[in-house]
Amino acid sequence: MNIFYPIQLLADWLTYTVFNIESETLLANAVNFFIFDTIKVLVLLSVIIFVVSIIRSYLPPEKIRAILSHKNKYVGNILASLLGIITPFCSCSAIPLFLGFIQAGVPLGTTFSFLVASPMINEVALVLLLGLFGWKIALMYIVSGLIISIFSGIIIGKMKVESLVESFVYQSTIKGNIDLPKMSQKERIIYARDYTLDILDKVWIYVLFGIGVGAWIHGYVPADFLAQYASADKWYAVPLAVLIGIPLYSNATGIIPLVSALTEKGVSIGTTLAFMMSVTALSLPEFMILKKVMKIKLILIFAGIVGIGIIFTGYLFNMFL
Amino acid sequence: MKIQVLGSGCKKCKELYERTQKAVESIGLDTQVEYITDVQKIVEMGVMSSPALAIDGKPIIVGTLPEIEKIKQVISDHISGSDTKIDGKKCSC
Repeated sequence: MNIFYPIQLLADWLTYTVFNIESETLLANAVNFFIFDTIKVLVLLSVIIFVVSIIRSYLPPEKIRAILSHKNKYVGNILASLLGIITPFCSCSAIPLFLGFIQAGVPLGTTFSFLVASPMINEVALVLLLGLFGWKIALMYIVSGLIISIFSGIIIGKMKVESLVESFVYQSTIKGNIDLPKMSQKERIIYARDYTLDILDKVWIYVLFGIGVGAWIHGYVPADFLAQYASADKWYAVPLAVLIGIPLYSNATGIIPLVSALTEKGVSIGTTLAFMMSVTALSLPEFMILKKVMKIKLILIFAGIVGIGIIFTGYLFNMFL
Repeated sequence: MKIQVLGSGCKKCKELYERTQKAVESIGLDTQVEYITDVQKIVEMGVMSSPALAIDGKPIIVGTLPEIEKIKQVISDHISGSDTKIDGKKCSC
């Protein structure tokens, strides 16, 4: 049975009984879609962010660093990417993470794997993918995101670009193993609850907006409307989607519902995935901040490798799906 | 006793700083709460997730914004804890 069935019942009841909209009309269709998706996404967000926060209370960045500083490169890249999934990321935490990792002896390539995975594979994006595209697409996103972050880190590690990191970074070394304060079970639950409410408070307006516009597109824009511009056989669709995604980071939560509606109207799935990866992983504000700790050349190398990985993934899915 | 709030200027960091000042005041401690925003200094103390609270250089709260009561409690715990530590040192000498 579909676990979202009760939500569909509620959405039907609200649309047809409470708002008294005649069924089978475009309006009914859009309103029903909006109510169903909004409730579904908000429920999923609450549950999944809460669970991830509980896990995170056992694995804060300080502990992840201690794990990563003892690993050899390849294992390190894989672990860094996996651990990046549960770590929340905002551009303001990029510098402390970068300094903290490098100065505690985590290799540069491993640090980059973490820097790519952490924003790209985050729980909010995953919830939206899961809720609006289904588990298959969500899984494809995770797996290809992991592959991109693992290999970007390995390649950057191989390039020996330590000289492109600002020299002050390597001038200090720190002990990477601090005794973290213990948290009781109750404190973990409070932490997870506060964190969940905090995120919901930040994203709900984008979610509503994204699903709202998505519902309108769903109801009113003809199917295949975008196919002439963005179907799988248009070679420029993927790189263009990646370019558009770079400046859009702050609105990732609003963009996914929107993109989900666009996919229905003829944008192919590889292009969609590439666009979302670009929105989350390539962020202009993060690049500006990283300038404090590395030379522009290294930021360009980093963005270039990740960008090529994303474009490749986009083409790959367009070819096979 | 040295009490430091570590944070690179986010909203939660300022909030923790204010709460800590209030906590110190209500316990009646005669200590200034230091607010550290220099990322390098924060990282050197081993902390990467802000906001954080350190007492005598040791991070006690990391990455969370607790209620004032909890802050008061960790400070008082530290006061009684550091006393016993000094006793312990005396014994081992």
